[in-house]
Amino acid sequence: MSADDDDLTEGELTAGDLRGGGGGGGGVGRAPAFLRRNAPLVFMPALVIAFLALTGAIHPDFGAFDLQSLALGALPLALAAAAQTVVVLSGGVDLSVGPLMAVANVLAARSMQHVDFPTSLLLAALILLGGALAGAINGLVLVASRVPDVVVTLAAGFIWGGVALLILEQPGGGAPEAFLNLATGTSLAPWLPNAVLLLAAVVVAVWLPVSRSRLGLALYAIGSDRTAALRSGVAVERTRFLAYVVGGVFSAVGGLALTMTTGIGSPLSGTYYTLSGLAAVVVGGVSLTGGRGFIAGPILAAFVLTLIPTDLIFLNIDPNYGQVIQGTLIVLVVMGGGLATLLRQRP
Amino acid sequence: MRRWLRERAIVVLVLLLVALVGGIAAVRPGTVTADWIANTLLFAAPLGLMAGGETLLLLTGGIDLSVASIATGAAYLLAANAAHGEMAALALGLGLGLLVGLLNGIGVAVFQVQPLVMTLGTGLMTEGVLVVYSQKIIANQPHVPQFVVALGSGRVFGVVPIDLFLWLPVAALLMLGLSRSGFGRLLYAVGDNPLACRMAGVRVWRVLVGAYAGCGLLAAVAGIVLVGTTNAADLSLANVYLLPAIAAAIIGGTSIFGGRGGYAGTIVGALILTVLDSLLTLLDAPEPVKQILYGAIILLLAAAYTRLTD
Repeated sequence: MSADDDDLTEGELTAGDLRGGGGGGGGVGRAPAFLRRNAPLVFMPALVIAFLALTGAIHPDFGAFDLQSLALGALPLALAAAAQTVVVLSGGVDLSVGPLMAVANVLAARSMQHVDFPTSLLLAALILLGGALAGAINGLVLVASRVPDVVVTLAAGFIWGGVALLILEQPGGGAPEAFLNLATGTSLAPWLPNAVLLLAAVVVAVWLPVSRSRLGLALYAIGSDRTAALRSGVAVERTRFLAYVVGGVFSAVGGLALTMTTGIGSPLSGTYYTLSGLAAVVVGGVSLTGGRGFIAGPILAAFVLTLIPTDLIFLNIDPNYGQVIQGTLIVLVVMGGGLATLLRQRP
Repeated sequence: MRRWLRERAIVVLVLLLVALVGGIAAVRPGTVTADWIANTLLFAAPLGLMAGGETLLLLTGGIDLSVASIATGAAYLLAANAAHGEMAALALGLGLGLLVGLLNGIGVAVFQVQPLVMTLGTGLMTEGVLVVYSQKIIANQPHVPQFVVALGSGRVFGVVPIDLFLWLPVAALLMLGLSRSGFGRLLYAVGDNPLACRMAGVRVWRVLVGAYAGCGLLAAVAGIVLVGTTNAADLSLANVYLLPAIAAAIIGGTSIFGGRGGYAGTIVGALILTVLDSLLTLLDAPEPVKQILYGAIILLLAAAYTRLTD
């Protein structure tokens, strides 16, 4: 799926070229190069709008409140997807995103229960630092032991899951109202939930500096072709390590978002987000082989994946079909991508 | 020395297993009896069967994240339909494994989908269908047929667990099949270099579809043995087995990049994980601590193994 259409020499490499490609859903055929390269950027917003329109059509009362609950439901998933995307772009995969989110979630809920708003912000900053540290540990073990990503993060997932249970055995704890309000409120306009603003702010604050710097270029380069990147002088090991650090920060924000949206800490809250985040990455057009895709794709995909069960409830269908549809969607998206590659290879 | 170890990694694994058992005997003298060994083998069997399927796929450079959903689904289908005929219910359970495995194989081999994604998707689908199904048939209570309970928890002569009579032949078949049969050698070849295989005229897609179908079937068998042990089919029956199944194969020396490993190591890996679990239980470690140690030890073993074989 990966080595199909670009024969770039090293001198021609630019971030734009590296980021491009149809990714997992590259079924655009002979579309102009720009469109083909940026397919997820065109396709994903269209998909979100289509789903919102569909929701509006089957549920004419869809209003600010429903939009708010959509944003709240999608926020932790979008952040899990962002965490996963950074690592996947670098050619790895992080199966510890969910448990790490749970650690941040219970840490926040336990420490913030009886504090005022400024203190809770300070604690949140500390937790973000902890997330970066946890990601750094993952990355360090990975680079030092030379054990494949899947195995290290699988085992790390076990460990973080245990840590979350140690911090808080039963669901509980809490946080100041003003802190929860960072996600649950609507401060600018009733149609613009704080959760969306928070998500945008976090992505801009964390991802923009990374993607605009050499690190971003290196990230795409090692995900695209590790050997070529090494030969062009990219510090492969350091870049892998940093990808996990950035992923750890996103996971920690995801855990804080769980605290904001649920109001409590729950040690098992994270389990769902490892695989769902990965699902959002795939649906969002980021190639699991690394090096292709945009962070916006998985984030928008998180909204689509959250809308599916909502629509099913509006349609009076058993919302449990949501998971069936989610699985089918993943399979169809990737199979479609594979089929497109097959057809293109045939003369 | 290092080279000697590399070629006989399984010796190291067996020594580790013996050391763990020795550790248990030292912590609580009198624990390691024939009865304890029988129990350990009984609990290791479902894990060993599931890890067997995972081994086949790791050899080809693939992986299966849907094994736990398949195992749970097979067990649930069996229990839910046992009232209408036990053999038909058994066939239904095994059929589910085969079906999902085939679907995985077709996605991976024909449509060139990444195994991680494909099996993640089919796992979610299976789980979702199962939840919907369980609500539709709420009327008739699932019950586990007698012969499955005997398979999963019975003993012959009061000592030898019955599920060994299933696990041993399967193990022999897998080990012989991998080393002696053409299909087995093709699994290694495909994992080592799929392109070279294709150029040599191997129909790679057939090999892969076969491997994934086999893994699905083994997962279904594991689920059925497991439900015989617990005697209660619920929708999270096999969830905890997904990661240990992959870990058992990797600890046993099967490379996640394909082309290297075998089932003998996986068996020892499954036994090590089972003994480790009972050692941690014996030490009265609280569940979170147990989980942390479990993860750390898997990591250490994998790191040591990579050092040894690189």
